[in-house]
Amino acid sequence: MERLQSTSVQLEHALLSLDQEAAIQIVREAQGNNSPDIIAGELISSTLMRIGDSWELGNLSLSQVYMSGIICEKVIDKILPPQSPIRKSQPKMAIAVLEDFHLLGKRIIYSTLRASGFELVDLGGGLSIERLIDIVKAEDIKILLLSVLMLSSALRVKELKTQLHNSDVTIVVGGAPFRFDEQLWKEVNADYYGKDSSEALQIVQKIMGDRL
Amino acid sequence: MKHAEMTPMERVLTTLSHKEPDRVPLFLMLTMHGAKELGLSIKEYFSKAENVAEGQKRLQKKYTSDCYYPFFYAPIEVEAFGAEVIYSEDGPPNSGLPVINNISDIKKLEAPRVENTKVLHKVLKSIEILKAESKGNLPIIGVAMSPFSLPVMQLGFEKYLELMHYHLDLFEHLMKINMAFCIDWANAQLAAGATAICYFDPVSSTTIVPKELYYKTGFQVAKQTIAKINGPTATHFASGNCLTLSGLLLQTGTAVVGVSAQENISELKQAFKNKLSVLGNLNGIEMRRWTKEEATNIVKGVIEKAASGGGFILADNHGEIPFQVKDETLLAIKEAVKKYGTYPIQKVQA
Ligand code: B12
Repeated sequence: MERLQSTSVQLEHALLSLDQEAAIQIVREAQGNNSPDIIAGELISSTLMRIGDSWELGNLSLSQVYMSGIICEKVIDKILPPQSPIRKSQPKMAIAVLEDFHLLGKRIIYSTLRASGFELVDLGGGLSIERLIDIVKAEDIKILLLSVLMLSSALRVKELKTQLHNSDVTIVVGGAPFRFDEQLWKEVNADYYGKDSSEALQIVQKIMGDRL
Repeated sequence: MKHAEMTPMERVLTTLSHKEPDRVPLFLMLTMHGAKELGLSIKEYFSKAENVAEGQKRLQKKYTSDCYYPFFYAPIEVEAFGAEVIYSEDGPPNSGLPVINNISDIKKLEAPRVENTKVLHKVLKSIEILKAESKGNLPIIGVAMSPFSLPVMQLGFEKYLELMHYHLDLFEHLMKINMAFCIDWANAQLAAGATAICYFDPVSSTTIVPKELYYKTGFQVAKQTIAKINGPTATHFASGNCLTLSGLLLQTGTAVVGVSAQENISELKQAFKNKLSVLGNLNGIEMRRWTKEEATNIVKGVIEKAASGGGFILADNHGEIPFQVKDETLLAIKEAVKKYGTYPIQKVQA
């Protein structure tokens, strides 16, 4: 465990220096003593969580959070391919941008979760409520992560939730409008709200645990 | 001593010279609310210069804001580059698909000339109408996206981050094109009658890029661009953080900085005191659900912390108040500025 912690510090350094080669090397070495799910679920996830938290504290910027997530996703795809049975893909989870077209927040959350050993469907952006409901039903999505950038899109979550009233879909929201008004997620009846990529990961871990 | 009532222009110029005017200037940066005033859809409203000019006149009268703000929407600049704009019934227009699909297409990109770009002329015309109306008594704030922030709409954010980190020659090339456009666009607005230019540069905020990267990129771009803009500029981070950039911002030649509600207004004021004027920092998103009492107390609090000595303009923290914010909240803000913003500021004893 302690070993993994010091490896995590090294990995964090490699990621923040955008040194993909070093990151691959560090993960490869850790693989000697650890299974792929420990690498993803503990080493990578704890490293990305710290990076997410540092953004929240104002010590890192989003470009660093984004680049770190992308590098980790590439590294982990090598040892834990998308179809690997070890990946946590149940209950079925998806991420989408509701109404607007700003995809960076979604991309950051998606790569953080995938690099931490989860598998989820990327539904894209600019989705209307109607379209989203059709997809959720057709694909039997149980955990729906929503990223928005515009306030008007954030306010639409309420209607989505009403329309999904009789289903057991858990809705997790995030994005700038929710950060600027921390009561907003409750007002629109979301089940969870995550401030940043680190919270997104913790929430998904919790929901997955509760649902098992 | 009680000051005689100043015109908005005198009030703003006084505060910008770091002296206390008669009262705290208020910039209510309303864009879409003009459509409500005229009973038009947001799309219809922004389709004509006359609508925006009329909307600004009515809003200024109603809320006694200390400026006209004929800002249409940020994506108008990528519209000038040929991109599509997507309208919403209850929110600001957004940029559609990026105009640059492959990073290598940057080599072929050309900056549109303002004089040949029809979509921009409606903005210039609205400035001209407001200039005639203002008779020099009301500042008119034009808007230009920084060459460093515009690429998010030209390329999409992910591709832009890739460009900035891994394709430096193409990044430099894009900056040159965008700088030429930004300077042309800002100067056209000044020539049409704008008093100052709000230089929107949220990608430079520490929320988005680290300070070291800003120093190598957004900072250099800002210095070179602002030097060629023929009038004063306000650098606005659109509610991104900027406190740790205070030293660098000073060197960009800007006069005002638009600050976020997520940073401490007292610290911001302290950091910029007597150097740059602070514009901010009411949280527009939260404003949507403020009661009159909350609006009053928040305005009072910000004024107490940041207004002494001048160098301060009260505004929202983004440079655009959301469509959903109610008129009565805006009226409460106006009243609170009158009541608590008269100099010298009365501070409540701690
Ligand atoms: C940089 C910026 C810009 C840039 C780039 C924007 C872009 N992406 O296209 C430029 C200059 C182009 C711009 C323009 C505009 N902007 Co702007 N901009 C910002 C700023 C500073 C950062 C936005 C951003 O892209 N962040 C990067 C993303 C990744 O951050 P994020 O969404 O917050 O995501 C993090 C967390 O929220 C969380 N998260 C995200 N999604 C999810 C999902 C889940 C499930 C979970 C758990 C967590 C989570 O994790 C992420 C990383 O840790 C914000 C203010 C701010 N301080 O955040 C305003 C902001 C987004 N802008 C805003 C607006 C309105 C605009 C304009 C429409 C203005 C106009 N009238 O023209 C334009 C149009 C933009 C367009 N593309 O068409 C508003 C939107 C809210 C509103 N008022 O409706 C904001 C919030 C400002 C404000 N305080 O009001 N903008």
